[in-house]
Amino acid sequence: MNWNWFYRMGSPKWFYYTTSRWLPWLGVMTLCLLVTGLVWGLAFAPEDAKQGNSFRIIYLHVPASLLALAGYFLMAAAGAIGLIWRMKLSFMVMKCAAPLGAVLTFLALFTGAIWGKPTWGSYWVWDARVTSMLILLFLYLGVLALQYAFQSQEVGNKASAILALIGTVNIPIIYKSVDWWFTLHQPSTIKFTEAPSMHPDMFQPLLVMILGFYCFYALALFMSVRVEILHRERKTAWVRDLVSQVAEERVGVNS
Amino acid sequence: MHPDRKQRLQIVVLILVAASVAAGLIIYMLGQNANYFYTASQIANGDAPKDVFIRGGGMVVAGSVARESDSLAVEFQVTDGGANLVVRYAGILPDLFAEGEAAIAAGRLNEQGILVATEVLAKHDEKYTPPEVAESMNAAYKAKQQLKAEIL
Repeated sequence: MNWNWFYRMGSPKWFYYTTSRWLPWLGVMTLCLLVTGLVWGLAFAPEDAKQGNSFRIIYLHVPASLLALAGYFLMAAAGAIGLIWRMKLSFMVMKCAAPLGAVLTFLALFTGAIWGKPTWGSYWVWDARVTSMLILLFLYLGVLALQYAFQSQEVGNKASAILALIGTVNIPIIYKSVDWWFTLHQPSTIKFTEAPSMHPDMFQPLLVMILGFYCFYALALFMSVRVEILHRERKTAWVRDLVSQVAEERVGVNS
Repeated sequence: MHPDRKQRLQIVVLILVAASVAAGLIIYMLGQNANYFYTASQIANGDAPKDVFIRGGGMVVAGSVARESDSLAVEFQVTDGGANLVVRYAGILPDLFAEGEAAIAAGRLNEQGILVATEVLAKHDEKYTPPEVAESMNAAYKAKQQLKAEIL
């Protein structure tokens, strides 16, 4: 099997220059999808028969939770690739996915709390779904903390990757928690095997929001990996050239 | 694949398998203890301890909600289809609390097997419907029931 494409993808320089062509498109798509989804979901989708308008927080809660789970798989996969192939770029992706995932998990918990008060009658409950989601937040923070816990970047990368790998077992637990145990949290509305248990008028804006969150995730991850690349590769010739080129352009504009 | 990488791949797989086995054992050990509440049948069977803080839940039985006229005290029954659990509570019920909807009550079981609750939470389902659709669905359901009754 020819692995050349794989190694080329692992080159920070290649990644930096390729993503600079993608960023504007991703930015436009993110903005369009999020604005469309938010306006559609918050203003035009019908209210729920039982919950009234308070159900509308689902347009933030579900996409944030979904990306928090999917982002963890991405982080763990990046860690595994880094461990096996010793690719610098994949460790950078892992490092940048950690704070992003932590923020999304926090958003999921926070919007859940806001939703919980008017519907359940409580901001917080210790049921299996909410508790396993809190563990996910701690896993993300743990991966991030391990990055900075060692003098050597290499040791930090390995430690983070191993914790990320171990933590993957929590993802199916979060996903299935509402089926395995009696929880206060309701079962999933969107299932892999069945049609969503939601009226199409309400589901379509949710789908737009989910796509928008995926684009936002890619955008935010690319941007932060690019900064990480410039930082870690700051001593290489191509980054020095790039920096002096940008500096010359700045001087040219100012004078 | 390079032998070094193959070995490291094996280690990664080993970490995943070990973590899965550990998590599986923990989940197996937790078993039903990780449940957020006892069902009415479990409480009727005596699975829930008396005089200890527990939660019981189920569907609020239609017509079972009885309020005191001069206080916030309320008594209602929840069911899981097998047995009914009587809940006594004094306080404000959540907005979504309604007959025919699920609710979870937290408190202690007294000698008569009544759950004296200090907190009542409403549990909603994963279905979302616009009001007009819900109304027409209810109307269609009632018409169908009526038709059935007429035929029988």
